[in-house]
Amino acid sequence: MLPAWNEEQSLPGVLAEIREHLPDVGILVVNDGSADATSAVARRHDVAVLDLPFNLGVGGAMRAGFRYAIEQRYDVVVQVDADGQHDPRDVPRIVERLADADVVIGARFAGTGEYDVRGPRRWAMQVMASTISRLAGTRLTDTTSGFRGAGPRAVRLFAVHYPAEYLGDTIESLVIAIRSGLSVDQVGVSMRERAAGRPSQSPVKAGIYLLRACLALGISLTRRRTPVGTEESVVV
Amino acid sequence: MSSGYVFALVGAFVTLFFMVELLRRRRLREKYAALWIVVSVVVLLFAIFPALTTGLAELVGVTIPVNLVFFLGLLVLLIVCVQLSAEVSGLEQENQTLAEESALLRNRIERLEHHLGQQSGAPPVADPGPGGATG
Repeated sequence: MLPAWNEEQSLPGVLAEIREHLPDVGILVVNDGSADATSAVARRHDVAVLDLPFNLGVGGAMRAGFRYAIEQRYDVVVQVDADGQHDPRDVPRIVERLADADVVIGARFAGTGEYDVRGPRRWAMQVMASTISRLAGTRLTDTTSGFRGAGPRAVRLFAVHYPAEYLGDTIESLVIAIRSGLSVDQVGVSMRERAAGRPSQSPVKAGIYLLRACLALGISLTRRRTPVGTEESVVV
Repeated sequence: MSSGYVFALVGAFVTLFFMVELLRRRRLREKYAALWIVVSVVVLLFAIFPALTTGLAELVGVTIPVNLVFFLGLLVLLIVCVQLSAEVSGLEQENQTLAEESALLRNRIERLEHHLGQQSGAPPVADPGPGGATG
C-alpha cells in the first residue's frame, strides 16, 4: 500500500520497481487528495487506486487503505512511501517477520543508504524510540519510519483505530498497537534518497516537530486502551 | 432610571430576541441555542435587577460586583469555545470516515465496471482538486 500525496514525479518509478521485485503482490495507491496527476499516473500503471476527495494526511489515507485490505481480504499489508525512499526488495523480509509479530517496522539504521538527521529532530526520534521500545518490550530504533508491515490482527485494528492526527500515523499507531496487545518488531532496511521532493530540515521546523511529537506521544500514552475487534466485529 | 440601566436592558432584550429568532428560523440547532438563551436570560435578569450582582458578589466574596460579571462572562465564553472545539473534532472525524467511504465506494464501482467490461478508465470527476479530475 502506498499513501501518496502529490507524488506524480516519483510514483511511476516506485510502482515499476515494486512490479519488478514483487510480481505477485496486490498494489494499492491511496491518493490523498493530490493536486497533481497522482491518481491518473497510478491508474496508468493498472494498480488499485483509492481516491480520497481531499487531503486527510497519512493517517487518514492509511485507515482507508486498511479498510480496503479488509474488504479485499488481504491478511498482510505493507506500507511503502511513494517518494521512493523505501526499497521494495526489503518487503519480503518484513512479511517474513510478520509470522512472529503483528507489526513490523522497517528501521533505517543499519542500512547501506545514507540517513542522517541532526538536532532536535534527532533527539525527538531517540526519545520516542526509547519510550516505545520500553512499552513494546523489544528494542525499536526507528519508530517514525513509514515503512512497515501489518499482520492480520494489526490490519483489523488499524482499519478501525488508525489515528489521523499529526504523527499519529507513526507513533500513535504503534502505541495503539502495543496497548491493544499486539507485538511490534523491526527489521533493518536501507534508506535511499527521495526520488523527488525534499525533507524538511530547518531547525525551527525540527523544534516544532519535537514538541508535537512529545505531545502526541504523551497524549496517546494516557488514552484508554482499545481492544482488538474479532473478525466478525469489523464492519466494512 | 439611569441611562446605563436602560442600555443594559435593551442589550439583554435584543440578545434574547435574536436567539429566539435564530432558533425559530432553524438557523441554530437547539443544543447550541439553549445555552445562549440561558445566557441571555441571565443577562436580562442582571439588567433588570442590578442589586442581584451586588448581592451575588458579596456572597462569593468578590469586592467589586462588575468583576464578578466579567469573570462569569469569560467563563461562559471559555466553556462555549471548548464545546465548539469538541464538536468540530467530532465533525472532522465523521468527515474523514465519509471521505474514506466515498473512496472505497468509488473503487468498488470501478471494479464493477471493469468486471462488466465497461472500460471507463478513470471516471470523470468534478473534484475541486485539479489533479483528481485530470484522470
